[in-house]
This record gives sequence, C-alpha cells and structure tokens, in this order.
Amino acid sequence: MTSRETTPLAPQASTGLARARPLSGAGLGVYLAIGTYFGIVATKGEMVSWFRIQEMFRFQSFHMYGIIGTALAVAMVSVALIKSQQIRTVRGDEIVVPPKELGRGAYRYWIGGTIFGLGWALAGACPGPIFALIGNGVTVYGVVLLSALFGTWLYGVLRPRLPHY
Amino acid sequence: MLELLSEPWPWYVAGPLIGLMVPLLLWAGGEFGVSENLRHICAAVLPTRNDFFRYDWKATGLWNLTFALGIVLGGAVAATVLASPDPLIVSDATAADLAVMGLTTFEGLAPAQVFSWQGLATVPGFVMIVIGGSLVGFGARYAGGCTSGHAISGLANLQLASLLAVLGFFAGGLLATWFILPLLF
Repeated sequence: MTSRETTPLAPQASTGLARARPLSGAGLGVYLAIGTYFGIVATKGEMVSWFRIQEMFRFQSFHMYGIIGTALAVAMVSVALIKSQQIRTVRGDEIVVPPKELGRGAYRYWIGGTIFGLGWALAGACPGPIFALIGNGVTVYGVVLLSALFGTWLYGVLRPRLPHY
Repeated sequence: MLELLSEPWPWYVAGPLIGLMVPLLLWAGGEFGVSENLRHICAAVLPTRNDFFRYDWKATGLWNLTFALGIVLGGAVAATVLASPDPLIVSDATAADLAVMGLTTFEGLAPAQVFSWQGLATVPGFVMIVIGGSLVGFGARYAGGCTSGHAISGLANLQLASLLAVLGFFAGGLLATWFILPLLF
C-alpha cells in the first residue's frame, strides 16, 4: 500500500481522468524547482511564443516540431527505462503510470482534443506556457488563464451531458 | 555562461530538456500534466456543489499547483536574468501571412495589437484571449489532459487515447489557424 494508490475520488474514477494523487515523494520545494526549470526552458526555447505556434500550424518552421519530437523521444526512453529498471520515486515508492481508458468511441479524446486545439491556436498557448507567459510579464495572459478557468468550470457543469467513451 | 544561456535556445536543446520533465516529475512523485491545475484552482476557489470540483484539492493537487507557481517564476527568470539580447525572429512566410491579416508587429511573445489590454477590447482580441482561453480550459478537461499530459506524457507512455487527443489538438489548431483567424481580421 503506497501513497500512489488511486485516491477515492469518484468523479475521476468514473471519467478516467488522469489520476489525482496525494502529495507524496518530494517536498513542495522540489516541485517549485522543477516548475522553474520548465518555465525557463519553455521561454528560452520560445515555445511560449504565439508566433511559434502560428509557424507550426502553418507548417512554416521546423522549430516546434523539433521540440515536440525530441521531447517525446527523451520522455519515451525515460518512461521505458523507468519501467524496465523499476526506478522508484525519491521516497522509494513504485512508479506506476496508469493507462488511459479508451472506451468504444473515445469521444472525449478526439472531440475534447479538437476543442482544445481550437483554443491552443487562438490563444497561442497551452496551459504550461500560459503560466510562463504571465511570469514573462505578458499580463493579459492573466485573462487567458481566467478564461481557461471558466472553460474548466463550464466543462464541470456540462460533463454529465457530454459523451466521453 | 550567462551570455550563452541568454541566447534563444535551439529546438535540439530545448526539446530534450522538456522531455526530461516526464522522468523528473515521476521521480518526484508527481506526473507531468499542467492543465489539472485549472481544475484544482476551481476546486479551491469555487463555492460549488458540483461533484467534479468537490475533492481534497490540497491533498491531490498542491504539489502540481506549486509546480505551476514555479512555471510563473521560471518565466520571470527567463525574462529578466536570462533575457534574450535580440528579438525573436518569426519565419518570413509566417510574417507575410500575418501581415496580410494586418498583424504587422512581431516583437515580444504575442502580437501586441491583440494580446494587450487595448487589444482585449477589440473583437479579435476578445475571441483570441477570452474564447481561446475558455476553449483551452474546456477542451483540456474534456480530453483529460493538455499538451503536457497527452502529447508528451501520454504519447511517451504509448497511450492510444493520447494519440487521438493529439490528433484532435492538431485538427483544432489547423481549423482555427486556417479558417477562424482569417475571419477575425
């Protein structure tokens, strides 16, 4: 029994949302540090730029494809290593990456994904970069964040009526 | 050293460093997925009876919210200590396409005509900032993850669900770029 067991969170279980997990392993300072690292890399790698996202969706620059491709390669090898070497967390817990429920129609993934993509291209930022842009001093992205919170709330309200699987 | 780090980082440097987010967060006991923070914030601040937002956000999400705070901090560090000496160079083809729509300033991280407090009061600004942001939040939760959770974490874990989501991300992005943006300008 580790602290990485699924938490008793009914709505998550029923919709197969990414598992929420209790604070385990590292202290909050470590997460702050990893977040800072991410904010720096995302900014210096220019993936927080609305222009770079436009270049990507217009197939006019390799930049974002190079970033996503190499990030994915490193992440894939890392996950494979973690699984094969049974690497544990900083606190010694087993690392379990739960599979994502697909269902018959997988509606949530392609419909939800398309809705997300519309917003991604309009706002020019996905959630990580939204936080980074606020740190960069592009203050109007605070409104993008508030709007994203509104969208999240709206999803919570409409969730019972939306097809998921 | 600081000078070198202040230059824009090429994709072959930034990409692998982003990929390391996945093992770093797994090692720390978390998981790479930024958009869940939006749900945690709703759960923390909204006085709602909705089951979707009624859970112990501190126990499940405080680590991730702290991570998000770090992203803001990292953005600030990159913009100050590591600020690039030169402006970002937009590809010529994209600059030409955007100029056709009347977007002619390429300074900063987003077109100031739209992504500014004055821009927010315009129709394109409202659509791109408020509607765009809402779609990001709605779509991320509906799809069960965003670029970090599906395109990086999920694909790295070979999840078919994530592949479908990523195809959706791309389809939506193409639709917005090629059909919605031209209508706005």
